[in-house]
Amino acid sequence: MKRHLLSAADLDLPDALLILDTAAELAAVADRPVKKLPTLRGRTVVNLFFEDSTRTRISFEAAAKRLSADVINFAAKGSSVSKGESLKDTALTLEAMGADAVVIRHSASGAPHRLATSGWIRGSVVNAGDGTHEHPTQALLDAFTMRRHLAGGVGDLAGLDVVIVGDVLHSRVARSNVLLLRTLGAKVTLIAPPTLLPVGVELWPCSVSYDLDSSLPTADVVMMLRVQRERMSAAYFPSAREYSRRYGLDVNRMKLLQPHTIVMHPGPMNRGMEIAAEVADSPRSVIVEQVTNGVSVRMAVLYLLLGGSELSDGSNGVPVSEGRPL
Amino acid sequence: MSFVLRNVRPLGGAEVDIRISAGRISAIELSGTIATDGAIEVLGAGMVLLPGLVDLHTHLREPGREDAETVETGTRAAALGGFTAVHAMANTDPVADTAGVVEQVWRLGRASGWCDVRPVGAVTLGLAGSQLAELGAMADSPAAVRVFSDDGKCVWDAVIMRRALEYVKAFDGVIAQHAQEPRLTEGAQMNEGAMSALLGLTGWPAVAEEAIIARDVLLTEHVRSRLHVCHVSTAGSVEIIRWAKSRGIDVTAEVTPHHLLLTDDLVATYDPRYKVNPPLRTAADVEALRDGLADGTIDAVATDHAPHPIEDKDCEWADASPGMLGLEDALAVVNTTMVESGRLDWAGVAARMSVAPAGIGRLSEHGRPIAVGEPANLVIFDPSASYVVDPNAGASRSRNNPYAGRELTGRVRATFLHGDPTVLDGELVARSNV
Ligand SMILES: [Zn+2]
Repeated sequence: MKRHLLSAADLDLPDALLILDTAAELAAVADRPVKKLPTLRGRTVVNLFFEDSTRTRISFEAAAKRLSADVINFAAKGSSVSKGESLKDTALTLEAMGADAVVIRHSASGAPHRLATSGWIRGSVVNAGDGTHEHPTQALLDAFTMRRHLAGGVGDLAGLDVVIVGDVLHSRVARSNVLLLRTLGAKVTLIAPPTLLPVGVELWPCSVSYDLDSSLPTADVVMMLRVQRERMSAAYFPSAREYSRRYGLDVNRMKLLQPHTIVMHPGPMNRGMEIAAEVADSPRSVIVEQVTNGVSVRMAVLYLLLGGSELSDGSNGVPVSEGRPL
Repeated sequence: MSFVLRNVRPLGGAEVDIRISAGRISAIELSGTIATDGAIEVLGAGMVLLPGLVDLHTHLREPGREDAETVETGTRAAALGGFTAVHAMANTDPVADTAGVVEQVWRLGRASGWCDVRPVGAVTLGLAGSQLAELGAMADSPAAVRVFSDDGKCVWDAVIMRRALEYVKAFDGVIAQHAQEPRLTEGAQMNEGAMSALLGLTGWPAVAEEAIIARDVLLTEHVRSRLHVCHVSTAGSVEIIRWAKSRGIDVTAEVTPHHLLLTDDLVATYDPRYKVNPPLRTAADVEALRDGLADGTIDAVATDHAPHPIEDKDCEWADASPGMLGLEDALAVVNTTMVESGRLDWAGVAARMSVAPAGIGRLSEHGRPIAVGEPANLVIFDPSASYVVDPNAGASRSRNNPYAGRELTGRVRATFLHGDPTVLDGELVARSNV
């Protein structure tokens, strides 16, 4: 695996499986009375958030702390355009602090690539969501969740029918999921109004449909994406009500699902918009579990990016037996 | 001062000797037959001789952004690239929308002496698109402006565009349009297509360029004026312009070196060096542009040389300023993409990089035949010398060279401006020496 995790496309099948398997072993730690491993003691993980996302930051923070890393939270306001500190100067500051890994969240697509390839820092870069580009750890935690429920918690996701519904155009979650699910062998269908699909989506390794109802009966997973009401003002759809009627997952649509089908959402949800409260709170919903799994998957990513280097001398209590350095 | 150019090949033809005196070509004879007679000899060694290049689209940034470029540094870069005349774009600070500003730029060009500087006047006040600038005053000023453009901004309002096209007929002007429908390109970051979908960057659709060009050629036909289309970047634009020319509409068009060579897959690096407006397009567009340039649908190569200081590129893609350097490598790019592939001969290169742009800009001393009595605005080009582009080696004040690290073929060996060398042996000639 590469030194950075910038895109779900950075992961080939062995990499992806290694992360999922490692996450499964690390998940067991969460059940212990002491939820901490000494694995990354002395290592510094910086959470560099140019965009507010408390849930993602907390998840990475918990992951790093459970591996005993030192965590620095760096909430950078704005960007060079909005007269904040520039990405470059921020990066140089982090480098001076000796960051071993930088977890970056940014409103600009490609900001993690810039950080990783500009020569500003030496540490590993983990993309925690960049603009409308990607969010690879979200895709990993989604895959982890699907595997637990529908694949016995092991192996790949071959043959799984995954339906992703909503604002694909602006969704980093959708992009990362399409790439990772393809690697893991699942069959993906994107469903959205044509206005919320990017030009060029026809080249993606998935199918595309404008009709939700016809895709639901065969789905094993239905993943609802957040749709911002403000998209309405840019004429992506006529009204929240119409969107909800055509593309929202409500109780009636839920009845079309197979008994084993799970419902996912990356959060935060717009209840009543893309997903009805009854669906979000139903037994099919694994939305809360996605959050839990997020910590395990992010532990695995940090461990594999950082623990595989000079610290892995066998004395660090790593619970992974056959892990190879990524 | 007199010069004898030995063994040069005008437009790639047979080797001759050429004498330059009093700013003009005074003799063209068989190789080895012109006596030196106290003149300075320049050994051409079988290299290609072209009329000095003319750029229709140069951002010299002065006044206002002297941290990016000045008339002095920009024209040095022009001379090194083989240019003897450049059109300085109007989007300076203050905007070149008055006779005062265009005259200032014109005077700075005269003072620098590295090439002729022809200011482009803004079409509308402050490039704001709502009120015509004093086009007549700029035309009548010593700068004698003939090309008007709101480059960087599109004259999107159809009525303003119509009036501008009509108004400049009084002084043989031309409107050079940066064709970009503004609503279709709000927040646009790169070509809209497979790559923008993958990279999560807001798309700049080809139709936003093509729709404006289609509208403008029809307006031009209606009011019987003259239109020039800046930096054509899509296959569809080439088709529309081809159609317009077949109807006899007086439209000309330019393509940049970067749109002839680079494609939008480079954006996958998120390296803002590749951010430019209009954006890099697909390989199919590049093919159509090369075809259009070869068959004359596209009249001219124009650099859109757009210097930016390091901090404007050393950032996130979305925050970076669009634009690329172009003057110093333009001829090598055209050689690499058009001549080496057999699509254009040297007469064709002279037509597209000198004759046509000089004609569009109404320059009388440039784009002339290589003949006795003609002004000695000339460039000697070695078409076989390849080099790896080093952005730090350039004369531009900026470093945003999109070809950095790339190998290109062909180097400018000498440039003559009104009979005096600005470049010899590929190096600038100190102006005090001439
Ligand atoms: Zn332009």
